[in-house]
Amino acid sequence: MKTDMTVKIGTLKLKNPVMVASGTFGAEYRKLIDVGSLGAIVTKTITLKGRAGNPPPRVAETSSGMLNSIGLENRGLDDFIRNKLPLFPSGKTALIVSIAGDKETEFIQMAEELNKIKKVAAIEINLSCPNVKHGAREGLVAQDEEASYNIVRAVRASTKLPLVAKLTPNVTDIARVAVAVEKAGADAVLAVNTFAAMAVDIDTKKPKLGNVTGGLSGPAIKPIALKMVWDIYNKVDIPVIGAGGIMNYCDAAEFMLCGASAIQVGTATFVNPNTACEIAAGIGKYCAENGVKKVSELVGNINIGAL
Amino acid sequence: MKQIYAKILKNENLGNGFRRIGIAAPYLAKNAKPGQFVELRCSGETDPLLRRPFGVHRVTKGGIELLYEIVGRGTEIIARKKPGEILDLIGPLGTGFVLPSGKPTAILVAGGNGVAPILFLSEVLAKKKVKQHVLIGGRSKSHILCEKDFKRCGARVSVTTEDGSKGHKGLVTHILKELLADNGPKPAAIYACGPTGMLKAVANIARTHRVSCQVSLEEKMACGVGVCLGCPVKVKRGHGLCGTGYEYKMVCKDGPVFDSEEIYWE
Repeated sequence: MKTDMTVKIGTLKLKNPVMVASGTFGAEYRKLIDVGSLGAIVTKTITLKGRAGNPPPRVAETSSGMLNSIGLENRGLDDFIRNKLPLFPSGKTALIVSIAGDKETEFIQMAEELNKIKKVAAIEINLSCPNVKHGAREGLVAQDEEASYNIVRAVRASTKLPLVAKLTPNVTDIARVAVAVEKAGADAVLAVNTFAAMAVDIDTKKPKLGNVTGGLSGPAIKPIALKMVWDIYNKVDIPVIGAGGIMNYCDAAEFMLCGASAIQVGTATFVNPNTACEIAAGIGKYCAENGVKKVSELVGNINIGAL
Repeated sequence: MKQIYAKILKNENLGNGFRRIGIAAPYLAKNAKPGQFVELRCSGETDPLLRRPFGVHRVTKGGIELLYEIVGRGTEIIARKKPGEILDLIGPLGTGFVLPSGKPTAILVAGGNGVAPILFLSEVLAKKKVKQHVLIGGRSKSHILCEKDFKRCGARVSVTTEDGSKGHKGLVTHILKELLADNGPKPAAIYACGPTGMLKAVANIARTHRVSCQVSLEEKMACGVGVCLGCPVKVKRGHGLCGTGYEYKMVCKDGPVFDSEEIYWE
């Protein structure tokens, strides 16, 4: 029996629930893997104008994890549309473009431009950008329900494309932010981005990142990310996309059982470029072996017994 | 570039924490160019998590060799691997050295484990009948590697150690300065790999004497293919995004070999 692997994220239909996460995938990987076997590709976050990024070192390894502080290096929207977008295949693998900005107007302008491009299947809103209030920076947008609501609502009004809101885990109650972006019109909520973290070289006494602090990803964060997906799943009606340390199909199945309609593979691609493709095949096999007719039957199907 | 599962042929101890691993990989033997590198997965476990980059040290019949120094947990794991075991690696990655045209003289400068990619370069230059002078520098006698291998390539070899336990006492850059100060014919190119301080000094000397110079850089990496933007190096660019005379290039994709004049040395 062949399992129906398709999933729906709002109006976006994916051939399977496996996506590659923003910032961890580029056209370079076409040489190493079968990109067409992925459900979706999320491109590296772009901003309206280019950004130079943070000083090195930008990455550091920790126990079963990786710290990064890239600083959203990118050449801006125009360069992306002209030079990067054509490198991605147009086919049954959905292309989702991740955007960020310092101001609402920047998000709106990017959403309007992307709305015109046929190849773009959806927009992922990276809400882990500085929250500028009264000219001062107050944490990240995704740490503020109201600011998150306002950005998602503004983007919603400027495009018909399906919207995925990417949340930071660095909050007290992530489900409240998820509810806010749902109210604002997001088609799906993605949890989670990296955990704020740092590491120090005790010989030089220097931080291991040039930016001093950064974000932790990789298998070290998986159980925490999983619980956040579960928390969100219990509070919203829109699909949840799970991410955080997924290394193999077992991890992916865990996320789906805890409520994720789809999953994203990030850091694992660096370890093994073929990870996402292997997960797509692995989930298919898992479903077939367990008599699952549609992969979406897994979503939230955790067996917690009688409550 | 390809992802390859290759059999280990040997994993020999060169002493003092330096080792040389040989693997069967016809694809890499055929396609790797001097200065390019491979990303090697230490184990199938998640800790250590990321691949480790190693410059191709030598191309053998049907395979390649990597020279590495045990500096942490990743290299400790690699050091324990036995012949017959399978290694997961991606390569060849990055740009290589631009070889000189014709048959001029080249100066190769290697500091410490920086000899790793320089030997491959030397072997290729030897085939092209390029006259070579190799300068090897290290902290002490035990940090001087591959001297015999370079001699086998027909190179003239000068050794310097900081403690004077072998060769000239001092820094490898002292010899380079003396060489270029000679009124003899100028070398066509300088190729260097080693610690950043050494590379910066070599770049300065090259500029003073107007000799073209290529340096192979090292930076912490994640993807190794230009995707994650995790291994930046500052390069001179007036129209850069920083507006301060530099912008970033990626060591993995744009390098690891750069023209020393392009680097924004700090």
